[in-house]
Order: sequence, then structure tokens, then C-alpha cells
Amino acid sequence: MELRFPEYDLGLLAPMLILVITGLVVLLADTFGRRRASGDRSFLAYLSLLGLLLTFYANSRLSGVVAAPFHGLLAIDAVAVFFNYVFLASSMLVVLMSISYGARHSMNVGEYYGLILFSTLGMMLMAAGGDLMTIFLGVEILSLNLYVLAGFLRGQARSNEAAMKYFLLGAFATGFLLYGISFLYGATGTTNLKAMGGFLKAAPAGNVSALLYVGMGLLIVGFGFKVTAVPFHMYTPDVYEGAPTSITAFLSAGPKAAGFAALVRVFSFALEGLHADWWGAFWLIAALTMTLGNILAIVQANIKRMLAYSSIAHAGYVLVALVASGGVGGAQRLGVSSVLFYTLAYTFFNLGAFAVVVAMGRGDRDQVGLADYAGLGYRRPWLALVMALFMVSLAGIPPTAGFVGKFVVFKSALNAGFVWLTIIAVLNSVVAVFYYLRVIVIMYMREPAAEMQAEAAGASFSGSLVIALILAVLGTLDLGLFPSRYLDLALRSVQALLG
Amino acid sequence: MDLSFLFFYLFAAVAVGAALVVVLNRNILHCAMALVLMFFAIAALFLMLGAEFIAAVQVLVYAGAIMVLFLFVILLIQIDRVQMLRFAHRQSPLVVIIAVLLLAELLYMIIRGTLGIAPGGADAAAAGAASGSTEAFGALLYTTYLFPFEVASVLLLAAMIGAILLARLDKEEVGGVSRQDMS
Repeated sequence: MELRFPEYDLGLLAPMLILVITGLVVLLADTFGRRRASGDRSFLAYLSLLGLLLTFYANSRLSGVVAAPFHGLLAIDAVAVFFNYVFLASSMLVVLMSISYGARHSMNVGEYYGLILFSTLGMMLMAAGGDLMTIFLGVEILSLNLYVLAGFLRGQARSNEAAMKYFLLGAFATGFLLYGISFLYGATGTTNLKAMGGFLKAAPAGNVSALLYVGMGLLIVGFGFKVTAVPFHMYTPDVYEGAPTSITAFLSAGPKAAGFAALVRVFSFALEGLHADWWGAFWLIAALTMTLGNILAIVQANIKRMLAYSSIAHAGYVLVALVASGGVGGAQRLGVSSVLFYTLAYTFFNLGAFAVVVAMGRGDRDQVGLADYAGLGYRRPWLALVMALFMVSLAGIPPTAGFVGKFVVFKSALNAGFVWLTIIAVLNSVVAVFYYLRVIVIMYMREPAAEMQAEAAGASFSGSLVIALILAVLGTLDLGLFPSRYLDLALRSVQALLG
Repeated sequence: MDLSFLFFYLFAAVAVGAALVVVLNRNILHCAMALVLMFFAIAALFLMLGAEFIAAVQVLVYAGAIMVLFLFVILLIQIDRVQMLRFAHRQSPLVVIIAVLLLAELLYMIIRGTLGIAPGGADAAAAGAASGSTEAFGALLYTTYLFPFEVASVLLLAAMIGAILLARLDKEEVGGVSRQDMS
């Protein structure tokens, strides 16, 4: 029997290959560097950053490429490249904010950075999945790494709880995902997304197997878990609270964007022909996700939990754009590009907010109560200022990235004719303003407790954390003040796919 | 033809029956053994479909490796205490209602005959022609599906690292209490 290996071009795989190699190098460097007496292993973080920067460069070389190597199992195209930027930005910011946090919690080890790099690979596979099998592998690589990272503080019961909850529910969600994929395979005879789209186009109108609908429902559950959509969000607050803060930041940005990348690939592109059948489910989930996330965020006294619920609410806004990514002409293009832009913008201001939470920690104590922020405006004016900026952006007030993100999402929803959903979303953003601005009020208008005033004297930043904060501020302002460049890029990315 | 039909229902009934025992039985050891039986019944179904490789993997990996691991875990933690937990037996009515609704929906579609199975793409045809033999399976794995096959290695590596990381004892933890616990 003669075997013909698939033709492939390693250049297309360069970003993924660089990530894996960097991950392995970091792991080995830790093992062989252990003999050194110094004990400071922050060089592992810088090594990871170097790898991420190289990946960034390799990814930028892929702009304009449209290829489906390995028999269409991968889809390297503009949308994948755009999402890769989002993932890389989130991973870089997380690595930067991990250096001081990791030193305080003695978790600056090779495994920590190696797992972050491997999970970035998982995200890339989800965004570049031309086949449900590739997407599934990406989900699994991502999830396995995240379970371990959530439980990285092994000595803390909360971290153990986070990892356990995340693992059990995540494994359950994986079952749904796989079950859904097998139904789709049964209904269309293929796991390849392009072939699936072609099959639906060729199928006579309204005459597709009922299996397809079961499969779509199960996929919505599986991916809904990944993007913390209500009612699959139950794990979010506990996991986000218990995980190390740097990992909480990571969870809320990259992996969620990856979940949306997979949703876009499967629903907005492959199953676009069935938009009339699936938008209803997403409509309901989007409305529930926004409303529940915002309302529950109001009552939180722990900033990590508050940001967890806030991230649920923001997932709802992205789902609004997903609902709008099909149906009438041009809606697909606008809807998907809004998803792209929103995930990019959200990465910057959300990670920025988490970087401030990391900066608040002292010793092996994280100050995560909202009360800890009282009087921050006088104790650490710069930190309070950037936190205020991120809160304003999360609330969606101009001139920040958050405002532009919400604007394009609402515009795409209106364009596709989803007026009521847009109204719900707008009402929700009004509710959200309350709890974001409350953080600002606490920082500037409330007297800190006496012992905290004494602490202020010794406040210091680590260099890498400052860089992370500056990058997040720049991203938030750049996308807020000059959004046209990024909006154009997002639109062109989608256009390249639709041809 | 008739005989294979008979065997199909036999194995299917065994699989469903064993699965019910897994869920309903209160003795966790009996559950585990019923699970083995179910894996064998499923493997027989695969065999009847001409998928010898998957049938073998089903027995080797699931009934063999994974179940042995399950049994080890059950024997390492004392069974008496596990039996006391019984947390899985108390379901909220809502869960039952949703499960029954889902089952009714699926049954309805099966009975109505709207569960059309697509004729299958080129891959399925190729696999079908070789009737799922190990050789055809291997050829597909190393050609068409080379990429996922390779990427799975990263998955396994990450799983290994994670397992070691979470399970190993640090020097400071050997005493049973970690530094963070005490603070």
C-alpha cells in the first residue's frame, strides 16, 4: 500500500511551531537551570515573552494568506491571523503581570509559563480550525492546561477548589461538545467545516436531518461553557476567585476569545445557511448572559468575583454580535468583524483591570476586597488613575476601547434587524455603569482603613507589571481614539474569507 | 441478516442494561464491573459494524487501562466511606424533567424516521471501502489526519506535566502541611 503524506508548508505552521518549541525550551531551561543557586527564575518569563514576540512576528507574516493545509484540517486565513493577535496580546500581558505575582507566590516555574504557551497553541488551533476535529483538539489542549493553571497555588484550598470545579464541569462540557460533533458528522457526513457549509448549500431548502439540530444544540452547550454564557456559567465566579489572579486574568481574555473564534468558525461560517434556525437560541443566551452577569456583578464585594461576573456580561455583548452574524446581506461581515474587534478591545482593558488587581497584592496576600481600594486615589494615585480608565472602558464610556467595541456590536445588531436585543444590551450597559463607577467612587471618595494608610509608604511596582499596565492603557486608548485602523483590519479579515 | 439483527439487539440490551446498573447501583465496585461489561458490549457492536480496530481499542483502553485505574482508585480510598456519600442519587426534579424531555425528543425523531444519516464524504467512503480495517485506519491516520495525530502529542505532554505538577510533593510539603496552609 502506498501512502501519500499530505503536502504542507511549514511556513503556515510557523506561529504554532514557535509556540511549542518555546514551551519545550522553557520547560527544559527550568529543569537544567535549577542547579543555579540564585533561585530567581524570572528569566523563564522573559524567555516565554521572546517566544511570544517571535510568534507575533511569524503571525504577521501570514497576513493575506488563505490556505487550508492538511486536507483542510487547518484553515489559515485572515480571521485566524486576527484572532492570533488577540491570543498573543493576552498571553503577553499575562506573562508580564505574572513575573512579580509569581515571585510573591513562588510559582515562577517552567511549568507555569510552559502551560501558558501550550494553551495559547490550543487557542490558535480553535481559531484556525478548518475541521471540527482540529477545533476539538484545540479545546482540549486549552482546557487541560487551564485546569492545571487554575490549581497552581496547590497550598491554597480555594485554588484547589477552582481547579476541581473547572475540571469536572469542563470535562462534562467536553462530552457535550464531542457528542454534538458526532451528531453533525452523522447529519452531514463530514467534520470538515467547509464541506459542511457546502453540504448545507447543496441540500434542498428545509430538508436537513434532524440530527443537525441536536448537534447544534449540543455544540452551543459545549462552546457556551467555554465563553461562560448563561446558563453554562456556574463555575465562573468560583474558578475566577480561586485561581491565581494572573490566571484569572488569562481565563477571562484569551480562552474566551478562542471560544468565540470557534463559535464564529462553526456557526457564522459553516452553519451560516441555518442562521434562521440558530439565532433564536443565541438571542436568548445573549440576553440572559448580559442581564445575569451585570445584575450579579452589582452585589459582589470581592473584585475578582465582580470582574468574573463582568466578564460574563461582556461575553453576552459578544454573543449579540454573533446573533447578528448572518441572515440579511452584509450582516455576516459586520457581525463577525464586531466579534473580532470586541474581543481585541476587551483583551486590553480587561487584562489592564486585572493587572491593577495583581499590583494591589502585597506579600503572599492578595487584596481583593472592594474595601481594600478605599482611598487608593491618594495612596497610589497612578494606579488609581489607570484603574479608573479601565473601569470607564469596561463601562463603555468614550473615549475608550470599550465604547467603540459596544458601538460596533450594537450597530451590527441593529443592521441585522435585532432591535429588541440591542435595547436589552443598551439597558444592560447602563446597569453596568453603576458597579464600574462604584470602584472609582471607592478609590477617590472613601477613607482607607488606618492600617492601609501606613502600608502606602512601601508601595512599589515591579518593572514588568508597569510595562503590562502601560501596554494595556495604550491599547485601551488607541482602540478608543483611533479605532478605524482596527475596524478596517477586522472588516477586511472577514471579507477575505467571504471572497 | 436476521441473526446479526438478533445479536445487535442482544448486545445493545446488554450495553443499556449495564449502563443502568452503573448509574443505579449503590455499590461502587459493582458499578465499575458493570461499566466493564458495557464496554465489552459496545466493543461487540463495533465489531459487528466491521470496525475491528475501534473494537480492540475499546477493550484495551477502556475496559483494560481505564477500568484498572478506576479500580485502583476505588480500592485505595476506602469503599465503605465512598458508599456513604451517595451524592449522585439525589437529583433535583428539574434535572429529571429536562432529561426526560431530551429523551422524548430523541425518541420522537427516531420513531418519526427523520434521523437521516448523510451519505458521507470522501473520507467516510474510503474508510467504508476498507471496512474499518486497522490498515485503512492507520493509513488515514498518517495521511489525511496526520496533523491532529501530531498535535495530540502536545495534549498528552500537557496532561503529563499537569498530573506531575499537581501530584508531586514539594520538600516543604512532605510534613503534610504546606507553607501557605499555615499562614
